[in-house]
Amino acid sequence: MVMRPWDPTTMISCYARKQNHSRLSMAFQGDLNLEATELRLGLPGTGDHERRTPPVGVGVTKNNKRGLPELEDGHREESTRTTKTQVVGWPPVRSYRKNCLQPKKTESESGGGVYVKVSMDGVPYLRKIDLKLYKEYPQLLKDLEEMFKLKGGEYSEREGYNRSEFMPAYEDKDGDWMLVGDVPWNMFVTSCKRLRIMKGSEL
Amino acid sequence: MNYFPDEVIEHVFDYVTSHQDRNSISLVCKSWYRIERLSRQRVFIGNCYSISPDKVIERFPAIRSLSLKGKPHFADFNLVPYDWGGHVYPWIVAMAKSKVNLEELRLKRMVVSDESLELISSSFANFTSLVLVSCEGFTTNGLKAVAANCSLLRELDLQENEVEDHRSQWLNHFPESSTSLVTLNFSCLKGEINLAALERLVARSPNLKTLRVNRAVTLDSLQKILSWAPQLMDLGVGSFIHDPDSETFYKLKNTIVQCKSIKSLSGFLEVAPYCLPAIYPVCSNLTSLNLSYALGIPASELIKLIRHCKRLQRLWILDCIGDKGLEVVASNCKDLQELRVFPSDPFGAGNTVVTEEGLVAISFGCKKLNSLLYFCHQMTNTALITVANNCPNFVRFRLCILDPTKADPLTQQPLDEGFGAIVQSCKGLKRLSLSGLLTDKVFLYIGMYAEQLEMLSVAFAGNSDKGMIYVLNGCKKLRKLEVRDSPFGDAALLADPGKYETMRSLWMSSCEVTLGACKALARKMPMLNVEIIDDSELTVDEALCGGAPVAVTADGDDKQKVEKMYLYRTLAGPRNDAPEFVCTL
Repeated sequence: MVMRPWDPTTMISCYARKQNHSRLSMAFQGDLNLEATELRLGLPGTGDHERRTPPVGVGVTKNNKRGLPELEDGHREESTRTTKTQVVGWPPVRSYRKNCLQPKKTESESGGGVYVKVSMDGVPYLRKIDLKLYKEYPQLLKDLEEMFKLKGGEYSEREGYNRSEFMPAYEDKDGDWMLVGDVPWNMFVTSCKRLRIMKGSEL
Repeated sequence: MNYFPDEVIEHVFDYVTSHQDRNSISLVCKSWYRIERLSRQRVFIGNCYSISPDKVIERFPAIRSLSLKGKPHFADFNLVPYDWGGHVYPWIVAMAKSKVNLEELRLKRMVVSDESLELISSSFANFTSLVLVSCEGFTTNGLKAVAANCSLLRELDLQENEVEDHRSQWLNHFPESSTSLVTLNFSCLKGEINLAALERLVARSPNLKTLRVNRAVTLDSLQKILSWAPQLMDLGVGSFIHDPDSETFYKLKNTIVQCKSIKSLSGFLEVAPYCLPAIYPVCSNLTSLNLSYALGIPASELIKLIRHCKRLQRLWILDCIGDKGLEVVASNCKDLQELRVFPSDPFGAGNTVVTEEGLVAISFGCKKLNSLLYFCHQMTNTALITVANNCPNFVRFRLCILDPTKADPLTQQPLDEGFGAIVQSCKGLKRLSLSGLLTDKVFLYIGMYAEQLEMLSVAFAGNSDKGMIYVLNGCKKLRKLEVRDSPFGDAALLADPGKYETMRSLWMSSCEVTLGACKALARKMPMLNVEIIDDSELTVDEALCGGAPVAVTADGDDKQKVEKMYLYRTLAGPRNDAPEFVCTL
């Protein structure tokens, strides 16, 4: 069986059709009408006046569409990357499902922050911080140190706090006061209701 | 012919329950037709536009349960424009007017307005069951009406619908006297609900067997609800995140242990992996597990969970389980009948993916497998042939290779031989979805071997009209054919016009079919509605000239390619609710 060389423009133009809706598809047949299938920004039909008339004397050409993808890998990846996002309705995943699997992104983008009050013993005013801005404990603790001008100790995951007068504690969903740093970060973010920086003398 | 009085025959017919069987017996003779139609209580209409509501009520005056389907299947993938149709309201109006004693309504892919729901709740005193699948058009206000007025409601099952949240507190509207609920599924609702009202409702519903909640129901709320319903058999969890060292979590674990009847678990719309061990106690009894919405569970946790589920018959999972994870499924879940593996990241490459290896492993381990939906990154002919040999019992086989025209990576060949093996081996195959690089040959195989095939989905496949013709000629039981982006044109469309009267519907989009051919077909076959759908956006020129979207008409160059065509057999003639962008030829 003879393998026909695969033409990347055919594949892209296949998908470009969908992007440029029905009117351009008529201009597609026959010779590779590269202009008509060009991927570009802009509403369908802009700048293309020939869209309604197919080339004269063209029947259904089947050869252009289905070719065997005999391509170097690099080249294929480029075209598949662009095409993957362009084809309407592919992969065939219900929009309901697609929307359900997206939410984490949009929630953080739309600023759904986790704001908790931070109090420090001996300081008359409280602060508020957004836990969603941090990804790990050291970041949070560094910020707390700066915020309250603390001479804090060092924190390491293995050894906990080291030679510090102040210890950060948090109130969890059950109302208990817990030492910051014991549980995985994500769990902490979801269960922390408020923070309190406790003075060394009480510990 | 009839040696028995009608009542006896009717009594015998009571044992005939499947729609197809009842349709068959109604064709035997006039007398049986009459007896059958007067006694039929459950009616299934696969295409709401194939017949008018009045005709249905006229033929089946004793109807108590109606199932309707609206939009074509490809509407699930945004290929059908929003306002295409599929409204249930005219059906409700017709049944209310004729004083039908409607008890059950099952709708799929239909547009359901709040008005419809309100009319249902006020017109049918014995209404017990509402099942809406992939529907849209209603809000929580409509649900309020159903909750408040359907005093005998047993089943409210909302599956994957698009529902607008109007903060209607609809759950509060179940009256205190409402104690009959058996199924309550509101997992698809996006808004908040009154947790206390839900608890009270569950507490006074001793027959509740299925409860699927939405994301708004937190783990601590779930614990309280479960403590009222240890008899549950089917549980859909909402948000499953909590500090595993807390008292609440401890209580939840104990409560779950009491739920000895749970056979089906789903939901996990938000989940933390470290909370999963709470469900281990019920895993050994599970026959159905749906984790396909549970993003963020690493494969290792999924595997740990699966090891507890030895009795699974149905598993829906995300592809982050990986090939290795599927090997674990294969060795643990010997009773598996249905497997669905969904893409966790449809557009990215992803680190954990599934390939043909996972599927092959499943085929070696799960010999009872009969239903598959598998999204993967690649597939080989060898793998498909192996699967075909191992699992000859497939009834539904849907394969989706994320790159739609990808060849066999080992041989660079099309996947014709692989799918050919599937249709040849699986003699009972009723539903097939193809993907990957495919030539006309695969359709030759399908036409030759897929004798029981009822539904075929084709995308980016084939070389010529011959492909489609093979299928139309060969598959005698074909009911639904849906094709996109394939080079099938007029010759294929017009090869056997009579065939379409034996089928429910045909969808062709981005193919080579011309307007002229569609017109010719419509002229030849008056019992078909041939719809042309043109939802392309306004061009800049048209917008600047203050133009409105041009209504699609039958005037136009016959040589023009038709972007979307949907045809279906019908007794009702062209529909009168078609929007501007739909033209019935």
